[in-house]
Amino acid sequence: MIRPDAPVLLEIRDLTARVEDQPILKGVSLTIRAGEIHAVMGRNGSGKSTLSKVLAGHPAYTVTGGTVLYKGEDLLSLEPELRARAGLFLGFQYPVEIPGVSNLEFLRVATNARRAGKGEEELDTFAFEDLVRERLQVVQMDPAFLERSVNEGFSGGEKKRNEILQMALLEPLVAVLDETDSGLDIDALRIVAGGVNHLAGPDNATLLITHYQRLLDVITPDYVHVMAAGRILRTGGKELALELEERGYDWVDAELAATERTPAEVG
Amino acid sequence: MVAASLSTPTAAAGAAPGGWVDALLANAAGGDTGSADSLAAIRARAAQALAQTPLPSRRVEAWRFTDLAPLTALSPTLLSAAPAAQPETAAGSLRLSLDGHSDPLAGINLPAGLEPISGDELNATLGQVLAATGSTELWPVLLNGATAQKVLALRVRGPVATTLELVSDAGAGEGILSLRLLLVLEPEASLEVLQVHRSGGANLTSVVLEARLGEGAELRHGLLAPGAATGCLLATVAVEQATGSRYSGVSAHGGWALGRLEPRLVQREGAAHGALKALQLADGRQISDTHSQMVFEGPDGRLEQLHKAVADGQGRSVFNGAVQVPRAAQRTDAAQLSRNLLLSDRARIDTKPELEIVADDVRCAHGATVSRLEQDELFYLQSRGIAADQAARLLLRGFCEEVLQELPEAARPWQPLASLLGEQGR
Repeated sequence: MIRPDAPVLLEIRDLTARVEDQPILKGVSLTIRAGEIHAVMGRNGSGKSTLSKVLAGHPAYTVTGGTVLYKGEDLLSLEPELRARAGLFLGFQYPVEIPGVSNLEFLRVATNARRAGKGEEELDTFAFEDLVRERLQVVQMDPAFLERSVNEGFSGGEKKRNEILQMALLEPLVAVLDETDSGLDIDALRIVAGGVNHLAGPDNATLLITHYQRLLDVITPDYVHVMAAGRILRTGGKELALELEERGYDWVDAELAATERTPAEVG
Repeated sequence: MVAASLSTPTAAAGAAPGGWVDALLANAAGGDTGSADSLAAIRARAAQALAQTPLPSRRVEAWRFTDLAPLTALSPTLLSAAPAAQPETAAGSLRLSLDGHSDPLAGINLPAGLEPISGDELNATLGQVLAATGSTELWPVLLNGATAQKVLALRVRGPVATTLELVSDAGAGEGILSLRLLLVLEPEASLEVLQVHRSGGANLTSVVLEARLGEGAELRHGLLAPGAATGCLLATVAVEQATGSRYSGVSAHGGWALGRLEPRLVQREGAAHGALKALQLADGRQISDTHSQMVFEGPDGRLEQLHKAVADGQGRSVFNGAVQVPRAAQRTDAAQLSRNLLLSDRARIDTKPELEIVADDVRCAHGATVSRLEQDELFYLQSRGIAADQAARLLLRGFCEEVLQELPEAARPWQPLASLLGEQGR
């Protein structure tokens, strides 16, 4: 839902970042307003996953330039946990398995950390159980997964459902979903996408990072950005995703080659 | 206490730790009532042997990484523990309090299947499992023998439904709390036992458990020992297994200036099952040590062993896992895994498997890992709003729970994790 007067939630300006000595992001700019769904598409290695990790504050990535404002404030100076408490959520491409830590307890601690960030009271064990059982329905997840260790032995689809369950509990303002569709069969994709649609509203925003069109068949983006070589090469509406699907990424390479020949002409 | 005052000058001579033993022996003899209790003969023999045995030093392989200094800093006197506050007993368990001097069975109705062993029979049995496991001359066993005044000895017949809790709390007192335990499981008997040893001060808890498992018997054994920063623990668990028997030991100790556990198992004719799961923690300047030994004396024996350790601060963790598979022990199946978590640059972990395999048709696997907390796991938790230190704590708990959840149910009221991490008020 595009509303030009909606408040800006995330404003990325000329962001550059590297991992070890390798520059990955080479000047990304992106503005996301409340109510919007953005999709960032691109080949493997284009920098789209790096963008998500940098936004969430992964310690392996170093920001070398540019700014990111979250609700008008500097996001990059915040520790990862403070970004999360303020309402930024990263759905992982590869959710991490944590043996010995119960999923239920993990979800409760995380939910209470976010609630504290919103100035709300912590939920006790019983109140939380009620909440989590209600939110389980968003992703049609078996309550048995609450009793297991975090993501341990979960299938790919179960891990992604668990990610969306976390999103449902944490009620983020900006959700960055990194390749949420990877490794999902059609049914799981539908359930996960249904969860994302259910949680998207006029006051929050979603940034989908994806390789394929098929996720965008079930979640309709307001904007589609094509990323290549660490920059956003082109921005358009949902038809841009369809064009990519049809024509492949080869034209992106051609366009990229053209811009690299004439860097002065790029804004 | 004439003996105590006489011994004080010697005890103060910290530079000559041999003097510590002399002072202790003098005090033990002084405290001896001279009554012909079943331990009198053992005490005399052990005292003599201890006097002639040099204090374990780091030149001895078995003590190479384990400095006895925290122990010889303790008062060389005998301690009788005062009653201490305890959590409610879990349903289905019987708690016996061990204070080193009174009879733990006084006023207790033992459940069906349990009966005390006494008199000539006790005299004839005590020490046999130590001998069978080659433990008689171990220094902690000699120390216990020279100081223990009471033995709790029980025979087990048939399946016993009640979990037996054997509990001590050395409290804040100074000196040595010495405990001696014997369990004889008749063929096909089964029992669950939980040892809990706590301390709140500068003292040593010395405990020796002998367990003999008859054919087809089963012993599920837990040992939980959350310590005190100035306290020491020396625990020996000697287990002799007949064919078809099952021994499953789960231990967790930590928080002691020096805490050393020595599980020593022997399968006399093989064809028995042994499982050892252990967790030890060392923070501050603590030393947590496990020296385990498994001897297969016949074919078709099994061992499953998992040893986990956490070292933080300037803590030091030591694990030595001996497995002996002589020629007679064909078709032995033994697996040992040592997993270690190093949480600080100044902590230290020494882990060493020690397999002696002579038989040629066996499966003996062993492995050891030492790692830090995984950055990806930490970041995942942080990305959900969990602060770095809390995330680290969650991961640490996860690491520990794999062992702690295997403790008998009766351990729950003792809050194993919180007590080991020093998170609960005493």
